[in-house]
Amino acid sequence: MYHPILPALVLALPLAGAIINGVGAFLWREDHRVARWVGPLAVGASFVVVAINFFAMKASGTTAASVVSLWTWIAAGGLHVGVDLQFDRLSMVMMLIVTGVSTLIHVYSIGYMRGDPGFNRFFAYLNLFVFFMLVLVTAASFPLMFVGWEGVGLCSYLLIGFWYENEAYSNAGKKAFIVNRIGDFGFLVAMFIIFGIFGSLDFSQVLPAATGHLRYGDVWATLITLFLFLACMGKSAQIPLYVWLPDAMAGPTPVSALIHAATMVTAGVYLVARTSVLFALAPISQAVVATVGAGTALFAATIATQQWDIKKVLAYSTISQLGYMFLAVGVGAFTAGIFHLMTHAFFKALLFLGAGAVIHSVEHAWHEAGRHGGDPNDMRNHGDLRRWMPVTWITMWSATLAISGVFPFAGFFSKDEVIWKSGVLGYPLLWGVALVAAFLTAGYMARLMALTFHGGENRTGEEARGHLHGAPLAMAVPLVVLGVLSLVGGWIQIPEALPLPHVSALEGWLDPVFEPAHHVMAMHGGAAATAAPLGGGELTWGLISTVVALAVVVWIFLAVVRRRYRPAAESPEPTGLSLVLYRKWYVDELYDRLIVRPLMALWRGCWKIVDDGLIDGTVNGLASGARAVGWVGSQLQSGRLGAYVLLFMVGVLVILGTVAF
Amino acid sequence: MTSTLIRVALLVSAALFAIGVTGVLLRRNAIVVFLCVELMLNAVNLSLVAFSRLLGIDGQIIVFFVMAVAAAEAAVGLAIIIAVFRHYEDVDVDRFDLLKW
Repeated sequence: MYHPILPALVLALPLAGAIINGVGAFLWREDHRVARWVGPLAVGASFVVVAINFFAMKASGTTAASVVSLWTWIAAGGLHVGVDLQFDRLSMVMMLIVTGVSTLIHVYSIGYMRGDPGFNRFFAYLNLFVFFMLVLVTAASFPLMFVGWEGVGLCSYLLIGFWYENEAYSNAGKKAFIVNRIGDFGFLVAMFIIFGIFGSLDFSQVLPAATGHLRYGDVWATLITLFLFLACMGKSAQIPLYVWLPDAMAGPTPVSALIHAATMVTAGVYLVARTSVLFALAPISQAVVATVGAGTALFAATIATQQWDIKKVLAYSTISQLGYMFLAVGVGAFTAGIFHLMTHAFFKALLFLGAGAVIHSVEHAWHEAGRHGGDPNDMRNHGDLRRWMPVTWITMWSATLAISGVFPFAGFFSKDEVIWKSGVLGYPLLWGVALVAAFLTAGYMARLMALTFHGGENRTGEEARGHLHGAPLAMAVPLVVLGVLSLVGGWIQIPEALPLPHVSALEGWLDPVFEPAHHVMAMHGGAAATAAPLGGGELTWGLISTVVALAVVVWIFLAVVRRRYRPAAESPEPTGLSLVLYRKWYVDELYDRLIVRPLMALWRGCWKIVDDGLIDGTVNGLASGARAVGWVGSQLQSGRLGAYVLLFMVGVLVILGTVAF
Repeated sequence: MTSTLIRVALLVSAALFAIGVTGVLLRRNAIVVFLCVELMLNAVNLSLVAFSRLLGIDGQIIVFFVMAVAAAEAAVGLAIIIAVFRHYEDVDVDRFDLLKW
């Protein structure tokens, strides 16, 4: 039997770090020594506790969830919600990913944020984020998960607008917050329905009882899962609510790596995996999830091919990869979804950190050279950086090959698993879409690498070039660790079909969690096919996809390297299809016309007519009415003695007359 | 006998009072207006004295109070008129219309 070891400490450590750094942001604003140690150590210690728990759970061999009740939160009538933490195999995987990647990114941030006046505040927010993310993944009930869900949203908002003096940045924060509210509405509605049907909101009460309360294809199961998926669309940036994520790149790059690539945005995938049995009962929702996922994967990948901003490329790449994860959990391959979540956390965090190192270097070089203006994020201002940044260059290639799905890097195993499962579990069309998106992925990543690190010609500017520098130690170490993980991270799950030792560590670990969902699907759906939609087994298609991915990487790389680019300021505007993609299919403009402006007009109407007109009009009208009456009265007071006496006389006569008669 | 006397006295008092009121209403010279006010006060005094014949000594006592107040009023009033005259070189009450709102 397994008992969680110091479970509260997992959460308490990052929270304590957040409090200490938060106090430091006020009391010792200029002194960054405390935050430099407390920030990473709080998260690192939390990772150690999680790791100890992981090995204890592994040794015990238990498949059941251990729930740790801390205290009662809500007790009202039939509703009882406790602050309960759930340690099971799924949350353990998530905790390892979250605390592990967070620790690396905290260490990296020491280097990246060095000298920033908001250093302490930054670490306070970052620690707070880790705390809320851990609340999200360990929560044993929907409401507590919602607390974490909202908490990470808050931290995301705070960190996107971290440099709030820049209005565009703080607007990006607001955009993220508002778009996420739409999704959160879905989460709330789903909770209401769940409580109405199950009379409880605890996972331990709801999920095992799902098959008893809901029939297969039940309309309520469909509604619950669709509303849950609406929440996922917001948090995990799926069509149509993905628009906040590219703008979220306004935050410091470690934030993009941690929150907007590795952890927070994958919360939606975790939510679907956690409620897998509900989704298994709702085939319509599953189809919706898979379709939206595949659609997002392709759509975002097309945009990524024509962006010049290195972080924008990675942002759309993240959206695209999240699409893959939803495709996986949508078709019922929950393990594949979590697997891709994990490998993606490694290589996408690495890509962002590498991009951060590049931006950091270019920005400093420009600063040293006294150059102002220009966009250090623009890849047309990079070029041939491998000469100055060898560590970043090599580790970025590791991540690039991983995300492109080249054997034997991590992404090959996870992405091919996703694509393969979507093919054999009855979604041939989505299988094709996912394959095309995979080749686009290889293309835009090769373009990014060629533009930034290769080309034989550097475009940062004559005088700045001498000031370019490689990543400092604090930044280089996380890059190397993640670079290694991008290579070996996929080896915990090697399919049987490949001529390699069969490893199914992750599947064996997570199977008990998804067993109820698989059971439902096996009872009602057909058996999985053994061949891809166009024929051919897993080995054939694994071979095809890795060869094509590698071919695309080489082809695009050579094409881009051979072209000559000018720095951003001297480059012409893109035209034709490039322009459409560069402008992101004009989706932001479309939303602006269809939603933002009509709403603004409506609220402006409310402001001008209802508020200014009706409410203020009433109040001001009463005031001017009183003044008018007063004016009339004041006219009686003419200051003329004669008039006063006359009125006085008349008054006396009237009174006398009344008394007398 | 007594009632006739009182009636006559009250008629005289009413006449004096009416003359006073008319003067206050119609005359413009502040001093004349002031005198008319005195006339009205004395009309009241007359009626008080007349009633005291019928109802006891109280009326005559009040008359002394009225005369004291009238004397005080005369002092204040005349002082105001002098002050106003210094300002306007005139004592026309129609021009004194500053005391409003």
